[in-house]
Amino acid sequence: MPRITYEGTAYECGAGETVLDCLTAWGIDIPSSCRSGVCQSCLMRAPGGGVPQAAQAGLKPTLVAQGYFKACSCTPTEDLSVALPDAAGLRLAAEVVSIEPLNPDIVAVRLRPARPLDYRAGQFIRLFRDAQQSRCYSLASVPQLEDVLEIHVRQVPGGQVSSWVHQELRAGDSVQIADSAGQCFYVPGQPEQPLLLLGTGSGLAPLYGIVRDALHQGHRGPVWLYHGSPTPAGFYRAAELRALTQTHPNFRYVPCLSEGDTPAGLRRGTVLEAALADQTDFTSWRVFLCGHPDMVSQGKLQIFLAGAASAEIHADPFLPSVSPAAAPA
Amino acid sequence: MSLYEQIGGDAAVNAAVDIFYRKVLKDARINRFFGGVDMDRQAAKQKAFLTMAFGGPNNYSGLDMRRGHAHLVAQGLDDSHFDAVVENLGATLKELHVPDALIAQVAAIAETTRNDVLGK
Repeated sequence: MPRITYEGTAYECGAGETVLDCLTAWGIDIPSSCRSGVCQSCLMRAPGGGVPQAAQAGLKPTLVAQGYFKACSCTPTEDLSVALPDAAGLRLAAEVVSIEPLNPDIVAVRLRPARPLDYRAGQFIRLFRDAQQSRCYSLASVPQLEDVLEIHVRQVPGGQVSSWVHQELRAGDSVQIADSAGQCFYVPGQPEQPLLLLGTGSGLAPLYGIVRDALHQGHRGPVWLYHGSPTPAGFYRAAELRALTQTHPNFRYVPCLSEGDTPAGLRRGTVLEAALADQTDFTSWRVFLCGHPDMVSQGKLQIFLAGAASAEIHADPFLPSVSPAAAPA
Repeated sequence: MSLYEQIGGDAAVNAAVDIFYRKVLKDARINRFFGGVDMDRQAAKQKAFLTMAFGGPNNYSGLDMRRGHAHLVAQGLDDSHFDAVVENLGATLKELHVPDALIAQVAAIAETTRNDVLGK
């Protein structure tokens, strides 16, 4: 009979029993709702793999790639080691390598973790100021291209963690971070599929990582990146992104100025307006949205109505600057 | 073979959910009842609804239906809106070339939830 290891203890799983039924029967509280493989409330993770295919049916490819599965639909055929999604993230120390201003409000913080982090560009880490205060920040770095982690931190007025990063943190300091998480990243396998990336403000961070990851992995289809800002000074990494358009003809970089007069080289309007002006039908596109919560929720809806499949629309479910509890910005 | 298997099971639900949800969002009669919630959560709800209507596995009780829709009834949800949803459901299945006899069975299952959904 297969054994299920959870938090260091192995449990016997009866014939035909699901992971959810087994752990629940042993008195372990696993969140669940429909118990029919539909609602995904009982999502767990098997970092070592070994999950039957049926347990991952209907999950986004990014979740499958990370070993997520539905505990209610998982009847194990071999021994499994499982964790709840939150508990899969461990804390580790990291050294601040550099802090570099990107624009008047945003700095790039480069970190070298004490042990190599298994992550994908576009996922987020949690940065701790102290035991009580932490924020999530998306990773702009690409593991195959850089050996340090890079996050973009916007100075949020009155923000406890962002103020500390901007005013107190220095190169050489040691900080605590929590392991990477999130579903907003590039998955190879369909190199011709067109990609649409919409970001505002420091929402560029994950997209900057995803674009470079996709191009590095040989993505051949169109890769369109729209970055929005209310002021011309808000655009950053523009030179690097323009350079990428020179080396990769399939890559398009569109900086969009949402307010005021529009200088040469910038598009007028919001990222969503610009994207929908360039393309009316997004059927078969893969879509990534990061940044202002209103742009993200409106963008998901409008791009879906323009034909994109819901499973192909990726955005991290955080509210930057609005919800101080959890905010990759 | 069950209705759910005849329609095509989980794969059919996956094929139907985007088509159905897009139709509902574009339907001016009812789209106000489908806004305001995060799109991923809304799509998951539509998937659960379609699974149930297709005769698939579900654990919904009448009480769940009442609780889940009470705030919409307070906003004016009535029989005309329920009919519009069922109409979109039928159009979705037609688009997927599901035979009329099966569509009628799906509509009949959806019909069993009317009083609970509308809080009657």
